Order: sequence, then C-alpha cells, then structure tokens
Amino acid sequence: MVTSFLKGLFKKLSLNPFSKKSHIKLGLYGPPNGGKSTLANKICMDWLGEEMSTVSHIAHETREIKIKEQVNIKNKKGKELTFSLVDTPGISTKIDYEEFIRKGLKKAEAKKRAKEATKGVIDSIKWLDDMDSVVVVLDATKDPYSQVNITIIGNLQARNIPVLIAANKVDLKKAGMDSVKAAFPQYKVVGISAKYGKNIEEFYEQLFTLTS
Amino acid sequence: MVTFKFVPYYEIESLSSAKRVNKLLKIVKEDKIVIMEGRLRKQEEADLIEITMEEISPKFKGIELSVIYPDKDKQDAIQKLRGVMANALLGNRQGLTIVGPASVVKKIENNPDKIELFTRESKAKGKGMRK
Repeated sequence: MVTSFLKGLFKKLSLNPFSKKSHIKLGLYGPPNGGKSTLANKICMDWLGEEMSTVSHIAHETREIKIKEQVNIKNKKGKELTFSLVDTPGISTKIDYEEFIRKGLKKAEAKKRAKEATKGVIDSIKWLDDMDSVVVVLDATKDPYSQVNITIIGNLQARNIPVLIAANKVDLKKAGMDSVKAAFPQYKVVGISAKYGKNIEEFYEQLFTLTS
Repeated sequence: MVTFKFVPYYEIESLSSAKRVNKLLKIVKEDKIVIMEGRLRKQEEADLIEITMEEISPKFKGIELSVIYPDKDKQDAIQKLRGVMANALLGNRQGLTIVGPASVVKKIENNPDKIELFTRESKAKGKGMRK
C-alpha cells in the first residue's frame, strides 16, 4: 500500500524512479471477451505488421500476460509514442469449467482452461502495479455497471494510473456508448470497433493524451 | 432456499484486509449470500477477486459481487461533507456490499437506481432492492 502511494506520488510529479520514462507500459484491461486481444492485434497489425494474440468467442482465450515491446505509433502531427503493449487475461469473479464444455470444449480441456484462467486473473491483478497507463476495454453491448468494471477502474484510480476507456464493438446495433459514458463520467471514453478498425484513429490520438 | 447473512460493519471494522476478505469468503463458501454494511476498500475488492480465484475448484465456482453506494453526483455539498465526516469518524459504512456464491447467484445487475439479484434456483428474478 505504501509502495502504491509512493509510486502514485512520483508518477504525479513525473519523477517515477520505479520505471523508465522512455519505457511506458500500456496495459489492456477489462472483463473477458471485451475485445482486449482483438484491440492488441489491431494495434500491432497497424504499427508492427504482425498480430500479438489469439482471439476466440470462448471466454478466457488469453490466460497469460502477453507483452509486445517497442510499439511505436505516430499521429497526424508527426508526434511519436513508443510503449510496451501488455495484453492481460480478462478479470472475472467466477470461472466455471462447465461453461467451457457448453461452448464445445472437452472436459479435460475445459478443466485445464479453467485452471489457467484463474491464474490469469490473479496475474492481471498483480500486474496492475506495473502499469504506467491503462486502456480499459469494455464490451459496449453489455451493462457497464458490472462490479468487475468498477473494481478494475477503482483500483487504477487508487493507484493514480491514467485510464482511457475503450467502448468496443460499436459496430454492433446493441452497443450503448451513452451508458458507458454515464457509468464512468470522470474518464474519457472512446467508442471503437477493434475488429473493423472503426474510430481507431481517434483511439490512437487519445493514447497520446493518456500517456502524456 | 436462499440464505442471506448480514454482516454489520462493526464485525469487520477492526479486521485486517486479509481477514475481512477471508471472513466474507468463508460465509460465501457456505452457500450463503453476504449482505455487508458498508464497502471494502478498492484494494480489498481486488484481493477478494484474487483470493476467490485461488479457491476455485469444481465445487466452488467463484462469486458474484456488487456494491451499492450513494451516488455522490446527486448529493449536495452538505450531504457530501456529511458523508466525508461520517467515513472519517465511523469508517466506510455507507452503502451495501453483496457477495454471493456463483453456484447460487446467477447475476447481480447494478445500475444507478436499483440492484437486482438473479438466483440460479429460480432462473428468474429473485430479490429486487432499490437504493
């Protein structure tokens, strides 16, 4: 707790001795199946020409922290931003292997996935302290008031970590940008479709503001 | 049958973070739904999720968690000041924390004006509580 406080204080004063300023860690956080890995892939394809993570319609596809170093992006004004992109497993309060069986996995595979997923959630929480900035990726078609969303954002706020909310899947009719904005009025919310690249330029522009 | 266990704030007030989290989790693992006066600290909420993940097994599938808290945007300056003073003097007693076992509670929907708890047994709306 004292370390978190000191890190937050140093971060505010731009004197953070715990991390190199030239080596920003940008984390993608959120609940499972919000589109973190799809967004990570979009960023990496746009700027590195290669994908970063595998994606799936079955929850908890990403079960371990994935890092892509030296992602360099440019905005229209020619300004550059370099960061390490950290794709994290989705944070959840429950994991039921039977859900994976219902999605078509075999029992042994489902149990293995569940076990790995629990470790993934623990790792995601532990890594919160290492982030310099975080994009919280939410599924804009779902209720934004879930306690997982509130807990993630509350913990980032308590650690003084800058947050950008990416309301993903705005290409779908059910997407409700207004409800995401209403749920988190203190944060900048950018609506995107990571899958189709909709509004991705605005998202990149917001990354400059987030990390500045 | 669904069993609710009320945990008044004074029961957790003097406990360390780890003991608070373990106390709630112990009740939940008895298939009871905790209704706690007040709320956990932000870090404790994350700890609760973390420890829950460590405890996941074929029998224990996790928790459903929700916190109802007064909407500060709807409070005037005096109400906000009272809230700050009450928190400083009495601890974080404002609001309610609901934690249930995922095997019993299917979903807790929490929007600014109400909280709804759906249980697995009935497959339908269980209890509705308004702020």
